[in-house]
Amino acid sequence: MAASLKHRREWIARASCVLPLGLFLGACALVPATAADGSHRLSLPWIPELGINLSFMLDGLSVFFALIISGIGFFVTVYAADYLHGHRHTGRFFVFLHAFMLSMLGLVTADNVIALFVFWELTTIFSYLLIGFEHEEAASRKSARQALLVTGAGGLALLVGFLLLEMISGTYEISRMIPQASPIGAHPLYGAVLFLIFIGAFTKSAQFPFHFWLPNAMAAPAPISAFLHSATMVKGGIYLLARFHPILGGGGAWTCTLMIIGAITAVGGAVLAMGQSDLKKILAYTTITALGIMTMFLGGKTTPSLTAAMTFLLVHSLYKSALFLVAGIIDHQTGTRRLEELGGLLRPMPATAFAAAAACLSMAGFPLFFGFIGKEIMYKGALAEAMCPELAAGAAVLSNALMTAVGAILVIRPFLGRSAGYPAPVREAGVFMWCGPVVLGGIGIIFGIVPDFVGRWLVGPAVHAFHFSVEDIGLSLFHGINEPLLLSMLTLAMGLGFYLTHRRLFQWIKSASEKIPVTAERVYDGCVNGVGRLGRLQTRILQNGSLHRYFFIVAAAFLLSVGYGFLSRAQGFPEVVPPDLALRQWLWVFGITAAVITVLVTRILLLAICALGVIGAGLAILFLSFGAPDLALTQLLVETLTVVIVSMILFRLPGAGSETKGRLSRRLFDGLLAAGSGVLVTTLLLAVLSTELDRTITAFFERNSYLVAHGKNIVNVILVDFRSMDTLGEIVVVATAGLAGYALIQNRRRE
Amino acid sequence: MSCLLVLPIIVPFVAAAAGLLFRTDFERQQAVGMGGAALHFMVCLGLLFHVCKNGISTIQMANWPAPFGITLAADHLSVILVAVTGTLGLCVMLYSKAEIKTGMIAAGFYPLMHILLGGVCGAFLTGDLFNLYVWFEVMLMASFGLLVLGREKAQLDGGVKYVMINLFSTLLFISGLGLLYGMTGTLNMADLHLEIQKVSDKALLTAVATIFMAAFGIKAGIFPLFFWLPVSYHTPPVAVSAILAGLLTKVGVYALIRMFTLVFTFDVAYTHGLLLVAAVVTMITGVLGAAAYNEFRRILSFHIISQVGYMVMGLALFTPLALTGAVFYLLHHMIVKANLFLISGVSRVAGGSFELSRLGGLYRSRGFLALLFFIPAFSLAGFPPLSGFWAKMMLIRASLEVEAYVVAAAAAVVGLLTVYSMSKIWGEAFWKPSPEPMHTESPAMGEGGGGLWRLLPITVLAVITIVLGFVPGVFLDLAAQAAHELLNPDIYVKAVLGGV
Repeated sequence: MAASLKHRREWIARASCVLPLGLFLGACALVPATAADGSHRLSLPWIPELGINLSFMLDGLSVFFALIISGIGFFVTVYAADYLHGHRHTGRFFVFLHAFMLSMLGLVTADNVIALFVFWELTTIFSYLLIGFEHEEAASRKSARQALLVTGAGGLALLVGFLLLEMISGTYEISRMIPQASPIGAHPLYGAVLFLIFIGAFTKSAQFPFHFWLPNAMAAPAPISAFLHSATMVKGGIYLLARFHPILGGGGAWTCTLMIIGAITAVGGAVLAMGQSDLKKILAYTTITALGIMTMFLGGKTTPSLTAAMTFLLVHSLYKSALFLVAGIIDHQTGTRRLEELGGLLRPMPATAFAAAAACLSMAGFPLFFGFIGKEIMYKGALAEAMCPELAAGAAVLSNALMTAVGAILVIRPFLGRSAGYPAPVREAGVFMWCGPVVLGGIGIIFGIVPDFVGRWLVGPAVHAFHFSVEDIGLSLFHGINEPLLLSMLTLAMGLGFYLTHRRLFQWIKSASEKIPVTAERVYDGCVNGVGRLGRLQTRILQNGSLHRYFFIVAAAFLLSVGYGFLSRAQGFPEVVPPDLALRQWLWVFGITAAVITVLVTRILLLAICALGVIGAGLAILFLSFGAPDLALTQLLVETLTVVIVSMILFRLPGAGSETKGRLSRRLFDGLLAAGSGVLVTTLLLAVLSTELDRTITAFFERNSYLVAHGKNIVNVILVDFRSMDTLGEIVVVATAGLAGYALIQNRRRE
Repeated sequence: MSCLLVLPIIVPFVAAAAGLLFRTDFERQQAVGMGGAALHFMVCLGLLFHVCKNGISTIQMANWPAPFGITLAADHLSVILVAVTGTLGLCVMLYSKAEIKTGMIAAGFYPLMHILLGGVCGAFLTGDLFNLYVWFEVMLMASFGLLVLGREKAQLDGGVKYVMINLFSTLLFISGLGLLYGMTGTLNMADLHLEIQKVSDKALLTAVATIFMAAFGIKAGIFPLFFWLPVSYHTPPVAVSAILAGLLTKVGVYALIRMFTLVFTFDVAYTHGLLLVAAVVTMITGVLGAAAYNEFRRILSFHIISQVGYMVMGLALFTPLALTGAVFYLLHHMIVKANLFLISGVSRVAGGSFELSRLGGLYRSRGFLALLFFIPAFSLAGFPPLSGFWAKMMLIRASLEVEAYVVAAAAAVVGLLTVYSMSKIWGEAFWKPSPEPMHTESPAMGEGGGGLWRLLPITVLAVITIVLGFVPGVFLDLAAQAAHELLNPDIYVKAVLGGV
């Protein structure tokens, strides 16, 4: 029963491949139209209030990406059901996988930058959920969060960049920004926009110095690495650069940044790949290399270099997804991905071996493979650039040579040689697993034989979608004996050299990379830990649990902000008129003052409470002497009750009776603060009192109190009629206080 | 139909009184509590529709004409907040069915809750400054009663600090009120708008405006006045945390918005400049405070502070888009934050703790709960297309428009740090394997059942979050309308005082 259920779930999962298949066929159907006459727009209003539409544009570039996404998505879906092998969360896996694919398709077809951003962030979220798929492993969780935070940071930069771009151009639609390329380029904020969009693209596409999340993302299951982290999501940044090439591209800042960052990423990734022994890590680092190469060529502005970027994108998507799937098969069938534990798999796993060989030869750029075409056009592009062609060509040759060596390692070490000792006999994986890599590897051969076809229908329309020239992109099998061909030969020769010395290089790079003192990842870790540490430090200072400190800060904030606001605007000090008081009133004023001093200096709590009572009573009598008997009565009642209740409580408290003295400095600050606040409030009061009171409302009350409201006591009429809503509220307050107090006491009794 | 304005205040008070009649009959008290919340929800929505259709509504209490009596006035901002209050009230009452046990009912949970709802609605609806003070008092007493419900030691400690600091705010409020009355001779807010223009002493006016800023700033929880919040919100029952988190600080933010658009706009460069600085520092300190903790509700509490910063930032920038963003942020935040607190309660029931180190395995054992957490958490973190994204986007955009690049950068970075916190909770409570295996497999959804009562309100709030995110248009229109009224106070003044 359980087995059949599991079986059924697997078939449902496999059957869900009709979604990517349908999308792939749909994208294929669009190829002739977009290749012939450019772009098609579709716009649905979404949030017209903010100028945000769900508008999509289908042109050569988006269809090119859509084909890669849905095509590889199809094989990955077919593959994953077997790979997961009845995993507990198979259902969630496929939901995330397809949701990711749809988001990615949205990303490459959106014309509205906000819509694009929405899809961009959705891919980040699904990537997070999929990297953390094995969520019970601490490493998975850490890697998932790292990817989320790094790409999330880039996402925020991108958002700000898009918002600025809209403010400059007045539109969120990419298609409407393109005609405004030159005003955008001349705008003072152009540099900021460029920087922010680069941050977005670099984090997503794992460019130096944000590359480190990608190797860690290999904690995801192999099909996810194949799909998200080599073929599609990490190309999101490349897509972005291509898409914005006609809007922001071509200038010196664009070219220089992309060339340099791309070159560093390409060479650095390739070198680091040589220092790995985990199959997936090797693939991850070469993916970084590939992304670096694409970035570098998108820095250019000639047809050959842009063609090189797009061609290599297709080449790489094909061979790298195949290789990740192969790595998954090897892991699945043998239980290990470490090079030194593998060998002799050709005999038990011929289909997988074929796929691996085809993919690696394409990666190495052997003639008749699609990778060769990619490399030729790359060198042609590099040499065509006006700005430092040597750098581009050099970086391309070096990283390609290293990739050639990696390709050789990836075929020779696991598949040839002596069979390593495996715990169980190794068998070929199921057909659903190997068919994907075999077909993807096979396509690499076919495309290598018919490059004209690929150029006309796929790469050409993609390039012309963002590079508006009529120049033919010129993909062909053989260009004659020229510089690019010579460079290709050089690459292969260097690759052979690297392969022959790869064990020594491995040791050397491994030990050298451990010695690097500052790595981007350590900076990231430092930031993450630093945030926590900073937060704890802040908490120790601000939120330390002491009511005294809270009060001090709140009161100080009051004093400083109000005092500054007042003094900075005051036209001289307000005129202080000594109040016109009778002698007995003066006596009470002195009485109150004496009581205040008593409160401050006494160390006997009871005396302090009594003195407080005297202050209140004194005020009441002052009120009385000014002709406010109601107020005086209320005040007296409140004061009496306060004194009684507070003393009752104090005598029940353990250890009450006298106050402990704080440190002198603390008392000094407290005193200054209190005195300052007192002076400030008094000054404000005097200033207000010196102005004439507007008596319109009082006059209205006096007029209507008896005649309309039929009350002889104006205070009562105010309370129960003019402002009866206040009284209702106050009744509720008193009732609530009683309720809350009763609840406190009642609970205590129950215990 | 303007009597509709009174109902969001009166219905909860009647429900509270009715609840008190059944002190010993807990089931009936619960039924009255829920029925009252449902009715309250309906009148709140009714008022929302009424105002959307007919514009600002006012009623003069006891029929004394403004500015002599007390006016209730409902503009778009008020009714949006009232409607959310009604929604949260009902959701939390539903949740309370599973959480609140007889001891707490006996201690007056339902009446206190209703009094709080009535007080909050009163604060949102009143057009009189002293009356606002009264509603603040109502809220303070009711929230204190709720905070110490259950009488744990930590609750009393938090409750006392909460009351003490809030009393300071009360003191400032009443002092400011007295000074303002002395200068203008009126308490009616619309009338204040007119009278304040006649005051010549700008220094005094600045001082009074700053006093109000401090008084409401304490309520709103802005830097450096927020201390009462983190000491108290993590201690009471979850239903109480959720309603306080959803409503209280927002009343402070509301009061700031009301006063600093209607009354204190005489020196925007200074007052709103000060607010902007406070907002940015609030955002940052709040989010850093959250980073320091590993307790579910404490993290959420600090994020309230940081998000209050965003809302105040919208007010401080003082442009139509910024205020629209602030109003939308309020709406989004109240729903999301109350929901996250409710979810923390379900997580506690499932995992036995609020401490992240003791939680775990919820992704595996409670997939639906994980989904329900994920939606508000990533909405809070500002991921599109959830509600928090639009709020954040509008505010960043508004700050870019006025070339406040530092503010925009702070808003973006704080957004990232919110992701940091939310992914911390997700990683620890949901992804990490449970450290105590007995909890994960046990079906202890509620102590003695009640799983549905917990999940229903959470699901409703999550659905609202999704709707706010996917079809924000309607709500943005409302928020824009509110912002329009706020920036053109004449509309409000005319509605309250008639054609002056």
